[in-house]
Amino acid sequence: MSKRRVVVTGLGMVSPVGNDVATSWANITAGNSGIGDITHFDASTFPTRISGEVRDFDPAQYIAPKDIKKMDPFIHYGVAAGIQALKDSGFEVSEANSDRIGAAVGAGIGGLHTIERTSIDFHERGVRKISPFFVPSSIINMVSGQLSIMLGLKGPNIACVTACTTATHNIGLAMRMIQYGEADAMLAGGAEFATTGTAVGGFCSARAMSTRNDDPHGASRPWDAGRDGFVLADGSGVLMLEEYEAAKARGANIYCELVGFGMSGDAYHMTAPSEGGEGAARCMKHAIDDAGLNPEQVEYINAHGTSTPQGDLAEVMAAKSVFGDHAYKLMMSSTKSMTGHLLGAAGGVEAIFSVLALRDNIIPPTINLDNPGEGCDLDFVPHTAREAKVDVVVSNSFGFGGTNGSLVFKRA
Amino acid sequence: MSTIEERVKKIVVEQLGVKEDEVTSNASFVDDLGADSLDTVELVMALEEEFETEIPDEEAEKITTVQQAVDYIQAHVKS
Repeated sequence: MSKRRVVVTGLGMVSPVGNDVATSWANITAGNSGIGDITHFDASTFPTRISGEVRDFDPAQYIAPKDIKKMDPFIHYGVAAGIQALKDSGFEVSEANSDRIGAAVGAGIGGLHTIERTSIDFHERGVRKISPFFVPSSIINMVSGQLSIMLGLKGPNIACVTACTTATHNIGLAMRMIQYGEADAMLAGGAEFATTGTAVGGFCSARAMSTRNDDPHGASRPWDAGRDGFVLADGSGVLMLEEYEAAKARGANIYCELVGFGMSGDAYHMTAPSEGGEGAARCMKHAIDDAGLNPEQVEYINAHGTSTPQGDLAEVMAAKSVFGDHAYKLMMSSTKSMTGHLLGAAGGVEAIFSVLALRDNIIPPTINLDNPGEGCDLDFVPHTAREAKVDVVVSNSFGFGGTNGSLVFKRA
Repeated sequence: MSTIEERVKKIVVEQLGVKEDEVTSNASFVDDLGADSLDTVELVMALEEEFETEIPDEEAEKITTVQQAVDYIQAHVKS
């Protein structure tokens, strides 16, 4: 049985650089940073006091007022991106097709804000103060759950959870469901709202985040010699995936084809990348093999590139081991230089930027790359976006636990 | 100072996201105001908060309309 083909027909996003796809992409191609001071809580005693927060977002644009308080902010973001993506696709959910469309939108951490707040209430005021909505407003599968309820999606309703690879894995697994015939269409991606006290505190303790508090726009600087950790960010990215023949038959606007998906495990360390980016390399290789392409056909990689000393270098080494000499010819940039790291949503927004690079033939830049660090010698598209016609792009995500995912998109 | 009835109605409007004129005295939370079982639990919690009281579960179950809430508060809370 030959695999069914899967195409991208809709995009939705809420991010530090814009609360929709068009605004975000305009900022990304202009090289604008979305990083600023943390405002969600008093971070004055924290080593890191900057993040990529979503600004001026009104959940009431997407969710009935009485239901807003029944959802953690990560769910607001995910629902918004899902609704945007479905609308963008022009797909009409009907009695006849509802069983064939589903949702796969996860989060890396989920409803931590609600969990924190409820824990404090419980501690200070007792069990009677725990809201009946506590559990369903904080659990990690509730973006998919709410999208299913709100949009009438009766197909698969799932959420894969794999730290910073969450969205990439959800997109890849949704692709498999369509290929295998489990569904004809899926809303897939990730959402996150982790700029809360305990999460920021935890990442600070792990020495994982940049402390460049006096220069928020310059804090996320993948591959730069002065990089000193990632910058945490909030938001969501969701793609509408459809089976190719059905999308074509209904006259859908097809952005591109999702041709490959690969996964791997590092079997190495909780937070550090494996030696030489060995796990990342196997992951990219699997995705390119799955696509039935040669490594030389890959022209652009939207990197995981979080701006950590170890991770950035490991990804460069992984690229060199997969692509050999071609690693020096392809372009590899990190849009996290502008968005910060959206954890479980990162793969969603970056898949979207990859898709838009294909559509517009514009490669987003890596900003702040003033002085490449040791061993970081690829074409990272520094500072400014570049016009270049590309036909095959790869989007990478790597997560705590040594969990990796890569997607391959190809011009349709 | 608002009356108990006004305060109860205000909470119902906030908790259930309904319009003020829908919150008549005889309105049922579930049948008329669109509440589900979780909404009614949270509504009772909000009433407890507002009137600084504790409503036992067996009493809370009997509060299904706006008037029943007002009556309970009037009978049990010193205003």
